[in-house]
Amino acid sequence: MADMHVAAVHAHAAPSGFFRRYIFSLDHKVIGIQYWLLGLLAVLIGMALSLLVRFHLVWPDAQIPLLHLLSPTGGKGDQMQPEYYLSLLTLHGTLMIFFVLTTVPQSGFGNFALPIQIGAEDMAFPRLNMLSFWTTFVGMVVLLSTFFISDGPPLAGWTAYPPLSAIGPATGPGEGLGQTLWIVSIAIFCVGSLLGSLNFIATTLDLRARGLSLMRLPLTCWAWFITAVLMLLSFAVLFAAGVLLLLDRVGGTSFFIPAGLVVSDQLVNHAGGSPLLWQHLFWFFGHPEVYVAILPGMGITSHIISTFSRKPIFGYKAMIYAMCSIGFLGFMVWGHHMFVSGMSPYSGFAFSVLTMAIAVPSAIKTFNWIGTMIGGKLRLVTPMLFAIGFVSLFVTGGLSGIFLGQPALDLTLHDSYFVIAHFHMVMGVAAIFGMFAGTYFWFPKATGRMMNETLGKVHFWLTFVGAYGIFMPMHYLGLEGHPRRYSTLTGVEFLNTPHLMHLHEFMTVSAFITAAAQLLFLYNLAWSWFKGPEAGENPWEATTLEWTVPSPPPFDNFAGRHAVVYRYPYEFSVPGAEKDYIMQDAVEEAKKKK
Amino acid sequence: MGLAIAIVVALITLISTGVFLSHHWWLPHAISTIAPALDRQFTVTFIITGIIFVVAQLALAYAVWKFRDTGDSRRAVYSHGNTKWELSWTAAAAILFIGLNLMGYQIWASVHFTGPEPGAMQVEVWGEQFNWYFRYPGPDGRFGPVHPEKMNAGIGNYLGLDRAHDADSKDDIVTMTLGVPVDREVDLTMRSKDVTHSFFVRELRLKQDMVPGLEIPIHFMATETGRYEIVCSQLCGLGHYKMRAFFQVMDQPDYDQWLAGQAAAQ
Repeated sequence: MADMHVAAVHAHAAPSGFFRRYIFSLDHKVIGIQYWLLGLLAVLIGMALSLLVRFHLVWPDAQIPLLHLLSPTGGKGDQMQPEYYLSLLTLHGTLMIFFVLTTVPQSGFGNFALPIQIGAEDMAFPRLNMLSFWTTFVGMVVLLSTFFISDGPPLAGWTAYPPLSAIGPATGPGEGLGQTLWIVSIAIFCVGSLLGSLNFIATTLDLRARGLSLMRLPLTCWAWFITAVLMLLSFAVLFAAGVLLLLDRVGGTSFFIPAGLVVSDQLVNHAGGSPLLWQHLFWFFGHPEVYVAILPGMGITSHIISTFSRKPIFGYKAMIYAMCSIGFLGFMVWGHHMFVSGMSPYSGFAFSVLTMAIAVPSAIKTFNWIGTMIGGKLRLVTPMLFAIGFVSLFVTGGLSGIFLGQPALDLTLHDSYFVIAHFHMVMGVAAIFGMFAGTYFWFPKATGRMMNETLGKVHFWLTFVGAYGIFMPMHYLGLEGHPRRYSTLTGVEFLNTPHLMHLHEFMTVSAFITAAAQLLFLYNLAWSWFKGPEAGENPWEATTLEWTVPSPPPFDNFAGRHAVVYRYPYEFSVPGAEKDYIMQDAVEEAKKKK
Repeated sequence: MGLAIAIVVALITLISTGVFLSHHWWLPHAISTIAPALDRQFTVTFIITGIIFVVAQLALAYAVWKFRDTGDSRRAVYSHGNTKWELSWTAAAAILFIGLNLMGYQIWASVHFTGPEPGAMQVEVWGEQFNWYFRYPGPDGRFGPVHPEKMNAGIGNYLGLDRAHDADSKDDIVTMTLGVPVDREVDLTMRSKDVTHSFFVRELRLKQDMVPGLEIPIHFMATETGRYEIVCSQLCGLGHYKMRAFFQVMDQPDYDQWLAGQAAAQ
């Protein structure tokens, strides 16, 4: 028996060349880290853009040193022009939503951890995996190239509503080549995401270790699996919509442009299209996309809260059903982005009922996270702090959705700062807290070294309080009727008052402090990567399979061994057990005796 | 650490709720017939979500503090959950959230399912990058046809009217301000020349996108005289932030005089 076991071991070594090992790697762990680093670059640029935007709102006349180097026209005389403000917020949104919120939680952490957690050697299609990363990379290069073209970057927002995004340069600066490149970038991104999601689905279904039934999967894997299905169904639609919009711009078609448009007294030569068609297609993608951003964070949060509460997750099956119903209902609520769009008000009402229904599984998840902590023995290390922060922010951001899901209240709140507050809290900051939690949690596995706890805790405190400081006041602005996407407040009497400006000042200061706190994180990351204390195999005393292999794991994860799973993923504090955790691959006592 | 988290979460919760409750920043003064019901629905939603917000955050704070690892030999409770609790909070959340939504049905219905009262005053609202125009049908009560190819701001023909050939256009009045009489139902038709804009008057609690190619109806009744601002709330290009017009609610005699003045200026 022992001999046969040895014979079955087939260890695969990593390729020795630098390029095959680190650049065009087929190793899911390297690809996961590549996605993570791409997301880090995107989030740093996206954050810098948001700081410029916040600075300009509070000091519209101040000169921003070197801005003219970034854009000779948009930053004329180092002063931000209105169109450049809109370009910056367009790129901020696009970078954050596509290249951060979609890329890191799913493709970054999922690629790194999913195969090891299910006991696989790699993803199902390693070459496809490499291709999806490099496709995504090209998408980001195309997007960032819009900074350097003479037209300047597009200004139609990350939602790119036509006709503004469809007609061409007549509707404004950046609406020429910049907007075309934006569409190309997003289409490329869609291709990368589709390839990636196929890979995730095949891997989860086909490559699970013996004994790892679906009802023994860690909740992280469930989240990545459901997210992959959402991506497959939603990015395909965005891709189609993008192609149609591109054709409207360069092919003379009129999918989204109606007859009789007059821009600056010039009749536009298009007829027969509908601007609302784009909104339907876009939000058919856009709403599931919100869950693409947040579901992996929910999975990571569940996993981490259970691990550091030393207690099985409260309602494991309820958590899975809740994620499935969020994913399912997520495809039926896109119309709540369009209550005041001119869509039939009867559909609007139907969409609002379905929207309220989706609040139910979200509430279940929150109850279960708190339920897991009650009766637990909480180890308040940095990943756990960020997971707790996730729950707090998710509650706050989720509850403002109860206002926005009601069409009647949208009559005043739609497209106001209340909306910005809502989605930043829930899909922005909460999802980013999920990413920080995952980073602090898996860093030891990826690098073999621990991150510094003290720096991690300071980073948590400043980011947590700072995030509330930035986004809580936006609710108050929204109540006052403050519209989104205004480059300055001087054009409207009710906005141009100290009453509202004080809130803007407070938010801008909070944003700068929070951004500065991220330097601690970067420093911690760089220092710990090389100098952190050695982590060992299982520093967190966690139960899932990635903690049964060395840190960092060998090229083929299990060194040719075939992991076998005997247990449910969250066996903490089992009465009578020697330690307060039992690994998933620990053989059951009953089977041992045989 | 557990205590610190509990205190900070509790403080954030109480301060943010306190600022809401102080009404220092709140819904502005309202002047339309639907506003009281809408504000009431807002307040009910605020109370319900506010209670959930405070209870959930404080429960989180309490759990983190109470169940922190203090280094003693206690083990966590071995439990996989509780189906009865699970079902009860699922049911409670479903009833509460969907019920709240159904409560707001009447307001939405009064704006969108029920048409304007018969005899409501007709006005067309037009958006362009980055201006507003308002068209009144004049004494004949009919709007003349619009000819996009004739739109020419240089000669003041903003909406492409052919007053020489179209009889209905002759008495149409095009203004830069939306003037309406107080306590009179107004039936607006939303149109756009170029890109999508959005009509928003915060005091009316009324917002409606203006989509090129569509003629979207919306109606309201203003209950107080005064001058308010109409702002664009859908990103429409670089001048979005200054796409603003005035909304003037007047007594009937003032309104008649104002409209006569506008007609004379055509």
